[in-house]
Amino acid sequence: MSTVDMRLACKPADYKSDVKPIWCPGCGDYHVLMSFTRAFAELGLPPEEIVVVSGIGCSSRIPAYTNCYGFHGVHGRSLALAAGLKVTRPDLTVVVASGDGDGYSIGGNHFLHACRRNIDMTYVVMDNRVYGMTKGQPSPTTEPDFDTALSPGGTGLRPFHPLVVALASGANFIARCFSGEPNETASILVEAIRHPGFSFVEILSPCVTFRPDEKEWKNLVHPAPVAATGDPAKAARRIMTDDGFNIGILYRGDRRPYQPAVGTTSVDVSELEKDFEL
Amino acid sequence: MSQATGVPKISSLADLFAVAYQIEADAVERYDMLADQMEIHNNPELVAMFRDLSRAEGIHRDEIRRLAGDIDVIAHARRVAKWKSGDSPEQADLGAAHYMMTPWHALQLALAGEKRALAFFASVVETAKDPAIKKMAEEFVEEEAEHVNLVHRLLRKYPEPTESWSQDPDPPVSQE
Repeated sequence: MSTVDMRLACKPADYKSDVKPIWCPGCGDYHVLMSFTRAFAELGLPPEEIVVVSGIGCSSRIPAYTNCYGFHGVHGRSLALAAGLKVTRPDLTVVVASGDGDGYSIGGNHFLHACRRNIDMTYVVMDNRVYGMTKGQPSPTTEPDFDTALSPGGTGLRPFHPLVVALASGANFIARCFSGEPNETASILVEAIRHPGFSFVEILSPCVTFRPDEKEWKNLVHPAPVAATGDPAKAARRIMTDDGFNIGILYRGDRRPYQPAVGTTSVDVSELEKDFEL
Repeated sequence: MSQATGVPKISSLADLFAVAYQIEADAVERYDMLADQMEIHNNPELVAMFRDLSRAEGIHRDEIRRLAGDIDVIAHARRVAKWKSGDSPEQADLGAAHYMMTPWHALQLALAGEKRALAFFASVVETAKDPAIKKMAEEFVEEEAEHVNLVHRLLRKYPEPTESWSQDPDPPVSQE
């Protein structure tokens, strides 16, 4: 089957598993799942050539809801798992899913170095500015005045700025999406996956249970006023000065992806085990 | 950023059938998704309502396929029935779902969807140059108008709930 035939043959439903999502009704992650399957169908990739890797959290449940290969890893370690996978199996399309807690707090260090290494994979962070799965604690992107029983008076802390951190650390493609625009998000995911190197896509995905105020996001988001730039200085200025609701591709770099030569070893696994014997 | 900012262009009768088919197919998929969500969250009344809505849209979808005759609406829809931004007109707003929503809320979603579909086909009637397209689109307008009326009739059975409808005696966690 040619690529064109494959593209026409694949339907988003072909990438959905039979597992029913258990997210709260109204959760933005339903739309993100939709965007994933639409993007995969648009790319015409066979499900067995895609791997969706995740950590822990509501958003990290997503691999189970696709019928691609999946790995639901430990908290904050999705990028480490994905990096290992991609360097040994560069033929696979690797998409990593995370949330703002998993990705920026527990996995914050991996985030910096994944950007720096620039391995050819796509990192999608569903940002709802709260730890939803553990009942509403503030995350690194939570506003300083988020005042609840779990954070009386708010944290008073300056929120983490993932896009500018990604840019400074070397990510090769940076975009921001809104979950409520699944078609647009799917188109951006297609571009992110096609772009060589480490692509970072932040998706604003409201938590309707612990952040009902985020339902308002649909009225706040707007397309980025200018096309993506390849100049990091320009991109930094734009990202640092926008209102946090600019949607679109914000930076396209041209760094060469990191792909180490993966050799074969003649050492038998049982030989290696000897070193670990107690 | 709003719903359906880029709508499919209708240049032939095949386009119209394909787009009409896809609108109904999308509605079926969305109602089933909402029914699944309500099943997970143990809201059986809403499961039944969303399944009924899905069934009704499925009948309409199959009818369009029959009307299209030899036109392969499924394949053609994949090429032409694309909304650049947002959902297709009859897709219920996923973001409006709530685990304690009532039949009134479900019917409000359905009403909004039917009205969007009606507006879409009315715009095709207005802009179509080909008399065959115009005539068929007029039929779709009538069909959607009937659906709007049907939802209004159903809403008489389900009055608007009181403001406390979302108060959960055992909430996920206290945020106060």
